[in-house]
Amino acid sequence: MKFVDEFRDPEVIGRTAEEIRRLADPGRHYRLMEVCGGHTHAIYRFGLKDVLPANIELIHGPGCPVCVLPMGRIDDGLALARRPDVIFSAFGDMMRVPGAHGSPLEHKAKGLDVRIVYSPSDALKLARTNPDRHVVFFAIGFETTAPSTALTLLRARAEGLENFSVFCNHVTIIPAIRAILDSPDMRLDGFIGPGHVSTVIGCRPYEWIARDEGKPIVVTGFEPLDLLQGIVMLLRQLKEGRAEVENQYTRVVPWEGNRAALRAMAEVFQLRPYFEWRGLGFISQSALRIRDEFAQWDAERVFSVAGVRVTDPKAAQCGEVLKGVLKPVQCKLFGRECTPEHPVGALMVSSEGSCAAYFNYEHRKASASMTSLAAPV
Amino acid sequence: MDGASPKVRFREPQIEMAHGAGGKASRRLVEGLFVPLLYDPARPPADRLGDAASLEVDGARLALTTDSFVVTPLRFPGGSIGELAVNGTVNDLAVSGATPVAIVTTFLLEAGLPTSELEAEVRAMAEAARRAGVAIVGGDTKVVEHGKTDRMYLTTTGLGRRMPGVSLASASVRPGDKVLVSGPIGDHGITILLARGELDLEADLRSDTRSVLPLVQAVVAAAAPSLRWMRDPTRGGVATSLNELVLECGLAIHLEEEAVPVRDEVRGACELLGLDPLHIANEGQFLAVVGPDHAEAALRALRAAPGGEAAALIGEVHQQPAAAVLATTRYGGSRIVDMLVGDPLPRIC
Amino acid sequence: MCLAIPGKIVELVSEQPNLGVVEVTGVRRRVDLGLLQDDLPGVGDWVLIHVGFAMSRISQHEAEDQMRILRVLGEDQAAMEEVRGYGLDGKDEA
Repeated sequence: MKFVDEFRDPEVIGRTAEEIRRLADPGRHYRLMEVCGGHTHAIYRFGLKDVLPANIELIHGPGCPVCVLPMGRIDDGLALARRPDVIFSAFGDMMRVPGAHGSPLEHKAKGLDVRIVYSPSDALKLARTNPDRHVVFFAIGFETTAPSTALTLLRARAEGLENFSVFCNHVTIIPAIRAILDSPDMRLDGFIGPGHVSTVIGCRPYEWIARDEGKPIVVTGFEPLDLLQGIVMLLRQLKEGRAEVENQYTRVVPWEGNRAALRAMAEVFQLRPYFEWRGLGFISQSALRIRDEFAQWDAERVFSVAGVRVTDPKAAQCGEVLKGVLKPVQCKLFGRECTPEHPVGALMVSSEGSCAAYFNYEHRKASASMTSLAAPV
Repeated sequence: MDGASPKVRFREPQIEMAHGAGGKASRRLVEGLFVPLLYDPARPPADRLGDAASLEVDGARLALTTDSFVVTPLRFPGGSIGELAVNGTVNDLAVSGATPVAIVTTFLLEAGLPTSELEAEVRAMAEAARRAGVAIVGGDTKVVEHGKTDRMYLTTTGLGRRMPGVSLASASVRPGDKVLVSGPIGDHGITILLARGELDLEADLRSDTRSVLPLVQAVVAAAAPSLRWMRDPTRGGVATSLNELVLECGLAIHLEEEAVPVRDEVRGACELLGLDPLHIANEGQFLAVVGPDHAEAALRALRAAPGGEAAALIGEVHQQPAAAVLATTRYGGSRIVDMLVGDPLPRIC
Repeated sequence: MCLAIPGKIVELVSEQPNLGVVEVTGVRRRVDLGLLQDDLPGVGDWVLIHVGFAMSRISQHEAEDQMRILRVLGEDQAAMEEVRGYGLDGKDEA
C-alpha cells in the first residue's frame, strides 16, 4: 500500500529507533503525551513500545472522542432510537459503548433500527432511500470529523431533506490539551500532536503550548515511522532546550490547515458555552452545536432531547486514565469488572481507548518473553 | 448421567448476539451451559470445542459434526449459503482428521421465500457435495411464519471416517511446533461485508468457500506423524481459532505479522474500515500445527496442491506468554492478538 | 480520532457535490472531495480519506523527503555534511 508500507519499513524503523536511543539522555526520564487516541491505538498495534528505550514513557491523552462522551449523551441518543419512526445511525466505534440501558448494539439486538455507517454521507443516503422514516446521525469526533458532518448538513439543506437530523457531539482538541496542562498532577515533557485533526486546524493553534507552557509539540502521523520520527524531533528539541511547534506529518498537514473545512465548520457550527467531558468535567467553549439556521437538522431541537446527566460508577477511574494520571492497569476495575466484554467505561470499548488498547494488545505480554522477541534490527 | 448434578456456570440472564459470534461469549455459553448439562463426565474432556466429535462404533473410528448457517445476503460473490452449508461441514470433518462420508441437512424456511431461491441453494448444495465427494443422504424441512426467520437458515450434520495415522489433540502441541495456514485470510468475511452494501465499498473479491479436504489430505500424507492440530478459522477468524488452541494447551503462539498472507483488496478494506484481517471469517482455509520435523514438508505439500499455492508458515509455538497469541513485526514490535467479543465492527477513530 | 487512509482518485463522478471514486489497493469507494474544493484534486492524485471525505492531498515530494531523511539517520555526521555540501539529499530510491 502506497504511502503506508514505506512508513513500516523494518530497516528504517531500526535506524530511527537507534537514533532515539542515541538522543535519549540515559539519566533522564521522558514523559511524552500522545494526545490523539489514534496514536494510542497505533502505538499498541505496531508494538512501538518494544522499540523505545525504557526511559521514554508515553502517556495517553484524552483525544478519544468516544471515551470522553458522557454516558448521558448516549442515553439521549438511544432515546431517539426507541422511536419507531427513527433510524439511528452511528459509526461502528459507538456501537458497544454502554449507556444506562444498554449499548446501541444491544438496542439493535432487541429489534430497534440501529445502523452502522462509515460516513455521514451514508446516513444522508439512508434518509433519501427511506423517505417515510427519520434518520438520526449520532455525530462524534474532533475537528477531523466535524467538517464532514458540516458538509453533510449543508447538503441536507441544499436538497431540502426533511427526514434527516444530526445529534452533534463534536468536541475540539485545544480545550482538552489545556485541561491536561492545567491539571496539577501532570508532569509532561512534550506532546505528540494529533496528525489528522491538524489537517483541518493546521499547526498554529498549538503555538501557545510552546510559547506559554514551554513544551515542545510535534504534529505527527500515524505510521510507525511517523511516530518514531515525531519522537526523534521531540527529543532533539528537548536536548537543544527548544520549545516549538513542529510538523512531522508534512505530507498531509498544511501549516495553515484546511480553509474550506474550517469555513464549512464555521458556517454550520458554533461553540457551545460549555460541554461535559467524561473525566474532565465541564469545559467551556469545547464542543460544537449546530447553528440556528440549521435547527431543523439538529436532532436535539427536532426531538426536544431531555439532556440526561448520568454519572459514571464511583469506582470507575475513567477520568484519571483519560488525563493520563493513571495507567489503565491502575484503575481498580481494570480487567475485573471492566473488560472489553463487559465494559464499564468507554475507554474499554473504543479501539483507541487506552484501556481497550492496553487490555487487547498489551497486558498479557510477560516482560520476560520480550527479551527473546525484540531482536533489534 | 448419574452422579452429582452438573454445575451450570453460565450466569448471564439472557442470550445476546455475542453468544453466537464464535468468540469469548460463545465459549462461555458452551463451557458454562452446554458442556455441564450435555456431556458425559466420563468422556475425555479434551477438545470439546473442536470441530467434530470422535466416536467409536463397533471398531469404526468416526467423526460427527454439525453446523448451522445464517448469512445475509444469501448469495454473494464466490458462493451462497448452500455452498457454505456443505463446505462448512465437510471442512469441520476434514480438519478433525476425518474423511467426510455423509451429510444430512435441515432447511428452516421463511414463508414467502420464492421457490427459485430455494432451488438455487439446493443446486448449489448438490454441486458442492459432488465436488467434495460427500453424499447428502437425508434432511428435514420446516417453514415458519414470515418475519420469524431471515429467509433461510440451513443446518448440516456430517459423518466422517477418521483418517488412519492421524491423532489430533491440542494437548499434543509443543513449543517449537510450527503454525501453517492454507492460503490468504479474510476473503469471505470482507466479501460478505461488502455484499451487504451498507458501506458502499467495491472490490474484486470473492468468498473463499471450498472444500479443504484435498489440502488436508496433502498435509496428512506429508506430515501425519507430526500433525498436532487443525482448525478451520470461520467466524472470529484466525485470531479466535489460535486463541482457542492456546487456551486449551496453555502455551503461546508467536505469529509473524508479515508472513500472514492477505490479499491486497482484503488489506485495503481492512485498513479503510479499521479491521484486523486476523479477526475476519474464512470459509475455505485451515490452520495446521505441525512439529518441526515435518513442517517444511507439510508446507511444500500444501503449496504443490491445487488451491494451496499461497499457503504459508505463519508462526511458532512457544512457552510464553502463557495462553496468548502474539503477533510480532520484523522490527521487533509485538502485540497480543485476542479473541473478539462479538463480530468485528468498522471504526473511524 | 482518527482513522484516515491514503487513496488514489481513479474517477471523478460529479461536480455538485464534488464526488470522486478513490481506490485503496483495489477497494473503491465514493469519496466526497468537497473539503478540498479550494484546490480540487484530479484523477491520479492521492488524498487522505476519513469517513468518506478527502481531508488533504498527499504530497509525494514530502513523503520522499521524509524517507530520505530517515534512511540516512545514523550515518557518519561528516559524511552527511559532505553530502549536503554537494547539494544532494541522499540516494534516490523509487
